[in-house]
Formats: sequence, C-alpha cells, structure tokens
Amino acid sequence: MAKQIYWEDVDVGTEVTPISKIATTQMLAMWAGASGDFNPLHYQESFAQSRGMPSVLVHGRLKGQWLVHLVENWIGEEGKIKKLSCQYRAEDYPRKMNSELTYEEGETWWCKGIVTQKYAQDGEHMVDCDIWVENGKGEKTTPGKATVVLPLKGAK
Amino acid sequence: MAIPEKVAELIGRPLGEPLVWEVEGGAIRRFADAVGDSNLLYHDVEYARNSKYGEIIAPLGFHGWPMKGGLMEMMGSLMGPMMNAGYPVLLDAGIEFESFVPIRAGDVLSSYSTVTNIAEKTTKSGKGMLILTTEMNFINQNGDKALVERSSLICREL
Repeated sequence: MAKQIYWEDVDVGTEVTPISKIATTQMLAMWAGASGDFNPLHYQESFAQSRGMPSVLVHGRLKGQWLVHLVENWIGEEGKIKKLSCQYRAEDYPRKMNSELTYEEGETWWCKGIVTQKYAQDGEHMVDCDIWVENGKGEKTTPGKATVVLPLKGAK
Repeated sequence: MAIPEKVAELIGRPLGEPLVWEVEGGAIRRFADAVGDSNLLYHDVEYARNSKYGEIIAPLGFHGWPMKGGLMEMMGSLMGPMMNAGYPVLLDAGIEFESFVPIRAGDVLSSYSTVTNIAEKTTKSGKGMLILTTEMNFINQNGDKALVERSSLICREL
C-alpha cells in the first residue's frame, strides 16, 4: 500500500499516481469467473467476430475496476471513494497467452488521473479527479471521473 | 427504428423482484485477484480485522457474485423485444458507482432496479442504437443504503 496522502497534499493539477495493467486472455477468464460475466464476446473469438469485433475484447467493467484500483491505491486506506464513473468509449483487445503462465509481447495499458477540483462539503474534504485508461497508443479508451474524500493532516 | 413499445413501457418501473446478494470473503479475494489488486483489506482477514473496518471489505464495484446475475435476469425481459426490434448487439457502455457505507464480507444486500432512461442514437458508422440506463440500489442487512450502481447498455444494429 502506498504512503497515505492527505487533502493538504493535493491541488488542482496534481497527478493521481499511475498504475499499469496488462490485459491477457487469462485475465479475462479470471474476470469472467470472478465477476460472473460469461458473455462469450470476451472468450470466444468466433462469437466476437460474428458481432463485428476483430477478436475477444476486454470487459468494460474490468477496465472500470482498474480505475477503482487506481483511485483506491492513490487515496490510501484513510481515503474514501464517494463516486466513480467511466464510459467504455473504445474497445481493447487482450494479449494472448503463449504458455500457461506467459503472454505475448504487446500492449500495456496505463490508468491515470488528474485532480480537477478541491473543496470542503458537509464537513468532508473532497477532491474531484478526471481518470482514464490509456491504451498502448496513448488513446483514452475508458475516460471517467472520481470524487474522493481525503483525510486532513490535522485530524491525524 | 424506434424504441420498442415493450421496452419503452419499462422506463421508471421497478424491474423484477428485489435480489439478495451474499457477500462472501472468498469471492472478494477472487475478484481482487482478477483485477490484480493486492490490497490487504480484501485479502488478509487478520489485517482487515485490525483495521477500522473490522472485517474484510469489498472493493467499490463488488457487491456479491455474480455481479451481473441480477442484471442479466432483469435484461431477460428486455432482450427479446430488443432482438425483435433489430438491436441484437448488446454492449456495456459505462458505469457509475456511488458509495455510502462499506460493504463487508458476510453482508447480505438486497437490491432493486429500475430502468431510468432509454435514448435513441446513431453510431459513427450510421448504425441505429438504443442506450439504456438502469439504476440498482443496494441496501445492507442493517437497512443502510450501501451502494447505488448506474449502468448504461448499448443495444445496436448488427
């Protein structure tokens, strides 16, 4: 767990500490089981192709969960996510496995964010952020927003 | 293309019966593993019990398995009319979570869902689509609102 961040530490423009993710077909299978989303779009190539996709695609909801991980990792245990949203704007395609444990070379995704507002409301110290998942070409495939509560140094 | 009558009449109405979700610690761990999230609050019972939460908690976004179980059932009443109306491709479009109280391992949540909106749009390539917005409210065993989840679903032409 990263060091605790405090409300006083951030300002508009502060970067949310980025994290990287590599989507693989194995990760998609794990996600299907863990989430219970068994849509064959995410594991059967021929089905995905029949729906006009070049291959199986990364679950939108998994990318949303990467963004939850991004924000939760940044705010630390004393922070709290009040609201988080994202849109699945563009499709992402996983790397294929080339052994039980290893995967092909290819794309790495980055989850990033930036503080857009800082304010106090109803006795809580809040921060709004723009957040997004960026594909290997630097395109934002999954943009979103988060509102978090951060602790005060004085309150510690 | 237009919004199928059978779908349009669902707007604003509760969808199906309330659902019950058991939040199980093992399911939380498998979920966090699938995301690559090693946060000890999701994995380590002893650590979590000594934290301010007193128990393993679920990451925002997890409210019991299968996460889309209720949604899929709920969608059952929508899919037929959507297919018949010529929108066979169903894709998730986005999600919004609003969190109120933490969800802990052992919680039993009840949820109820409504279709809040249906909008007609056209894709960049000129295909017709409907964007369906649903809202699910999750209440825990103490009667506290824990989570609201708003999902958007695209139903489009092939």
